[in-house]
Amino acid sequence: MWDDRDAGRAGTPRPENEPAHQTEHDWLDDAAGPVVRPYAMTGGRARPVTGGLSLLTYVEALYAPEADLIHLQPEHRSILMMTRKAQSVAEIAGRLDLPVGVVRVLVGDLLQASLVSTFDSDAELNPPDENILQAVIDGLRSL
Amino acid sequence: MDSAPSEHGRPPLALKILVAGGFGVGKTTLVAACSEILPLQTEEVLTDESVGTDDLVGVEAKASTTVVMDFGRVSLSDDLVLYLFGTPGQDRFWFLWDELALGALGAVVLADTRRLADCFPSVDYFERRGTPFLVAVNCFNGEQRHTPDRVRDALDLDPEVPIVLCDARDRESAKMVFVALVEHVMALGRRRRDNALLA
Repeated sequence: MWDDRDAGRAGTPRPENEPAHQTEHDWLDDAAGPVVRPYAMTGGRARPVTGGLSLLTYVEALYAPEADLIHLQPEHRSILMMTRKAQSVAEIAGRLDLPVGVVRVLVGDLLQASLVSTFDSDAELNPPDENILQAVIDGLRSL
Repeated sequence: MDSAPSEHGRPPLALKILVAGGFGVGKTTLVAACSEILPLQTEEVLTDESVGTDDLVGVEAKASTTVVMDFGRVSLSDDLVLYLFGTPGQDRFWFLWDELALGALGAVVLADTRRLADCFPSVDYFERRGTPFLVAVNCFNGEQRHTPDRVRDALDLDPEVPIVLCDARDRESAKMVFVALVEHVMALGRRRRDNALLA
């Protein structure tokens, strides 16, 4: 079941001595994934209205009357549904199958509309102390 | 809207470990062996705006491709959760690593002794960045072509960088890889503190 998807996605192995610049678009090989236009969902915006959203930034929906939500896109609504309990940006992207960059833009919209709050995990700011590291070791061993 | 704790109580402390290594070496498998969820594939989109490298010169505006990063979660307790990120295997997406590596506890460089050279770039990256890492040799089907010492020589690793043998498909084995990494992080922290006291 756990075939290596890295290998699976590649399809055929890359030839060893492939010339570096065969075509103008040679960076678009099979391993690069599908060519998409995901920013259609964000109205072409590649950057969020607010910065500072990392992969592990937590997002949590704030209470809002239904009337405030009618102008939202389905993806915005999906994020609000998912984040009734706080979720990280990476987890939202993974579960909704959206690129992280797109999730950042959508979460930025929700922040601007005061429909979510965000907060960073302390660990990204401060290296964890020895007690926390020991808790990680103990937790892993007892899995 | 600020960073106050949420009304549902603070979410767990999130720690991040990276899994790097060459293309097809088993990064997804290692993440999957420990993760409580099927590894999610978060994607980052590459557009002409996202990078300033020469690689994309000549690419028409708004053309984009996705880079897949595997992502797993391990809840260790109510207030501690470990996130495992498999780094993109393609060398040309290095710039994405910087965000992944930011605030990471450490990294596992997964190596396949049949293609040891594939993990050179990862080793080099973490050395330069100062991210604690270890090398885990993935022994496919119990196959072990080189001893840890030969791997150390071949990769020109510092004596302090641990090398462990593992089977990335096996949960117990995968767990021990991450345990070894966190122990290494702890040992490094102690050494740094000792050196600071001596200085």
